[in-house]
Amino acid sequence: MSSAFLLRFKQPSVLPGFGITLGYTLLYLGLIVLLPLGALVAKASSIGLTGILFAAADPRVSAALWTSFGVSLIAAGVASLFGLLVAWVLTRYDFPGRKIVDAMVDLPFALPTAVAGIALAALYAPNGWVGAFLEPLGIRVAYTPLGIFVALVFIGLPFAVRTVQPLIAEIERELEEASATLGASRWRTVRSVLLPPLLPGLLTGFALAFARAVGEYGSVIFIAGNLPYVSEIAPLLIVIKLSEYDYTGATVIATIMLAISFATLLLINLIQAWSRRRFGYV
Amino acid sequence: MTNKFSHVAEAKTRFRSGSVWPTIGLIVMSGVGLLTLSGAASAQTQLLNVSYDPTRELYREINQAFADEWKASTGETVAVRASHGGSGAQARTVIDGIEADVVTLGIPSDIDAIAKVTKKIPADWRNKLPNNSLPYTSTVVFLVRKGNPKGIKDWDDLVKPGIQVITPNPKTSAGGRWNFLAAWGYSHTKDGNADKAKGFVTALYKNVPVLDTGARGSTVTFAQRGLGDVLPAWENEAFLVLDEFGHDKFEIVVPSLSILAEPPVTLVDGNVDAKGTRKVAEAYLKFLYTDKAQAIFAKHHYRPIKAEAAKPEHLAELPNLKLFTIESLQGNWDDIQKNNFDSGGLFDQISKR
Amino acid sequence: MSDLSATLPLSPPSQLSVVTEKRLIRQLAITVALAFLLLFLVLPLIVVFVEAFKRGLAGYFAAFQEEDALSAIGLTLTVAAIAVPLNLVFGLTASWAIAKFEFKGKSLLITLIDLPFSVSPVVSGLIYLLLFGAQGLWGKWLMAQGIQIAFALPGIVLATIFVTFPFVARQLIPLMQEQGTAEEEAALTLGASGWRTFFTVTLPNIKWGLLYGVLLCNARAMGEFGAVSVVSGHIRGLTNTIPLHVEILYNEYNFVAAFAVASLLACLALITLALKSFLEWRHGADLAGGTVN
Repeated sequence: MSSAFLLRFKQPSVLPGFGITLGYTLLYLGLIVLLPLGALVAKASSIGLTGILFAAADPRVSAALWTSFGVSLIAAGVASLFGLLVAWVLTRYDFPGRKIVDAMVDLPFALPTAVAGIALAALYAPNGWVGAFLEPLGIRVAYTPLGIFVALVFIGLPFAVRTVQPLIAEIERELEEASATLGASRWRTVRSVLLPPLLPGLLTGFALAFARAVGEYGSVIFIAGNLPYVSEIAPLLIVIKLSEYDYTGATVIATIMLAISFATLLLINLIQAWSRRRFGYV
Repeated sequence: MTNKFSHVAEAKTRFRSGSVWPTIGLIVMSGVGLLTLSGAASAQTQLLNVSYDPTRELYREINQAFADEWKASTGETVAVRASHGGSGAQARTVIDGIEADVVTLGIPSDIDAIAKVTKKIPADWRNKLPNNSLPYTSTVVFLVRKGNPKGIKDWDDLVKPGIQVITPNPKTSAGGRWNFLAAWGYSHTKDGNADKAKGFVTALYKNVPVLDTGARGSTVTFAQRGLGDVLPAWENEAFLVLDEFGHDKFEIVVPSLSILAEPPVTLVDGNVDAKGTRKVAEAYLKFLYTDKAQAIFAKHHYRPIKAEAAKPEHLAELPNLKLFTIESLQGNWDDIQKNNFDSGGLFDQISKR
Repeated sequence: MSDLSATLPLSPPSQLSVVTEKRLIRQLAITVALAFLLLFLVLPLIVVFVEAFKRGLAGYFAAFQEEDALSAIGLTLTVAAIAVPLNLVFGLTASWAIAKFEFKGKSLLITLIDLPFSVSPVVSGLIYLLLFGAQGLWGKWLMAQGIQIAFALPGIVLATIFVTFPFVARQLIPLMQEQGTAEEEAALTLGASGWRTFFTVTLPNIKWGLLYGVLLCNARAMGEFGAVSVVSGHIRGLTNTIPLHVEILYNEYNFVAAFAVASLLACLALITLALKSFLEWRHGADLAGGTVN
């Protein structure tokens, strides 16, 4: 490798090990992530774009994609709202057990999804602790789309909380005091001084929660009921297509899901770039 | 070069000082993991039986009985592993390369599929073991909630509007296919015509709110999640639900006519030769035809082919009903699978929305 | 992207009246937030243990006397013992290359490292099946050589590595970026070798962050369900991990045993959370490279 090329590619540094660490990183990334994903894309491209669109137009496939998409959006939204509230309460207010509650927020992240799935199903089933209360009200959570929603809010919550929490902690008290001294009501201060800087964090949290929710499998399948056209999610349909020995169908749905993942990551990067310009931080 | 080595030595000295204990811990952990691996590789003979969904409890007992018998007769230890799931889905894992020594699936066409795609099973596998490679048979009965609140008595009640029928996906589950074929055969026998039978299954599947991948999934949906009014199920699975969930919650309804369900077994020649397990795998399949195994089948509510080997009280539990074979109505298995369940077949035609 | 590292010193909030809400609103907000967390987080955790002990201690421990349960535990430990160190080494090399040097295409590289995080677990399993299944790209050739990857340990390990891929790297990159290169440069100027610089300067600086990343990586590796489920083949006593064993027990109506085994994973989650909180409390400043991202 000519040093001229290296110079253009990399800024000079006295630290050693660039070649070997970057080389290993690229090799490992290529073998574990890019190559297998490439196999998926290659398989999908053998079907062709029209083939993919045709398969995606299948009523059951499109119903599953819409269920995954729609419920994930709503769940990520709800998780973001309550995440903001939880983050606010945890950073701004003092109450007994605050540190324990703060630690508990990460539970959905540490608890295996299958465990979450059976626990939520047991809890929200018509004969479960919570489900028994909702049943007389005519609300059925387990084995309906509402069940998917509950599972996805559970999954998304830590992302929503942890992205806004540090931003709330960094709010400068002087700004609030200034706003108050200038005669703004507390609500107005919250609305026009405190909330705008939290927006990038909220959006990032929303996108992260959505990204996790849309692909989530373990916690959902136990509680969803898995009715085609009603509560069947796209990842489950991939598994079903595989069971039917329909590799093409499974690949098509997987490719669409992969495209959604890419788009979400891109969105997150855009939010952060925008935030850097607008607020000077990420 | 020498220079580099001395740096490594320095690094090692630093290592001992303990400031990087997490790294050390992890390296030790990975070492232990690799040791476990190599240890596992040199274990005793293992047989893998890839089976269908409701046979979990059955094969647990059969496998133990066979291991005991094998130990007693040869002195060798054998561990029979089992894997369960929808029969079609299980066939798919064998096609995809799971190293099954024997397959004990829910319907002949799934074994045909493995034979066709992988050539690991000869096309004439049916002739290799007695009774068309069927050590036992079964049928489809109805499971309803206690007191039969919807008054379900026969197949005709399943197509009535407002009745919810829980049945697995015929594409992935053998039980699902037997249910489909049983309903079709009932209508065909009654009305004597294939068009009416098609209309009958169309109406029936309109009443199905959920198609699980395997029979066990459907049972959980019906029994545990409380969905649906009737579960057409493997006879053995219906009895199992009564045992597991209590006779006070469910009851079995026996239709006037049902299908003779034929779950076959066979050797995966390609795999046993590669693994060197042919002898013990063949002995395992032969064992399924012994009196001992036949008695275990009856105990788990399957219909043994040697009735005299079973305990009379187990046989007495199995209801008497008229059974037909699907081959007598639709010809050979290639056609049955192709016309009903392959892409574009009858099931695809009726499930278009 | 978040790495869940939000480690903020929980300073006692000021109760100055102009910069906080009315008492009533405060209490209402706390109540709603706690009720929400109770409903969505605490109750599911409690229900696992209640269901697990429904038939008493004997019923609970009966679940662990089964050979299949023990081999599932063994397999899960083995998988984590292989996947976590591999991702640890990757995390170290990737963060060294990314945080200590400036080069073109860096942000693309970071995005690619993040990718497995947002790929559905089911897709993560499927891609390895497309490569290593008997009908897959290389499956036939590998099988002819007697190498079994799908439905065996290597497949399960690969799927686990994929889903836990970004964890250590994402924890270390911001941390190393924050710390800059001045200390390493000084060590090198004083004549230390690259290895020595790494072990004596860099590693002590990042050890807590590293441990933190490993902790999260391990929790996810031991609990992964979707990806492993696709490549496992579900052979009892052979390719069943703990989460898959939970599903099997659940499908066999053996709910007490299912929740008993699940409680093991719940305990793992609680231990992870406790260690994580301890690290944040004790070494908060050494953990996070500033704020999120």
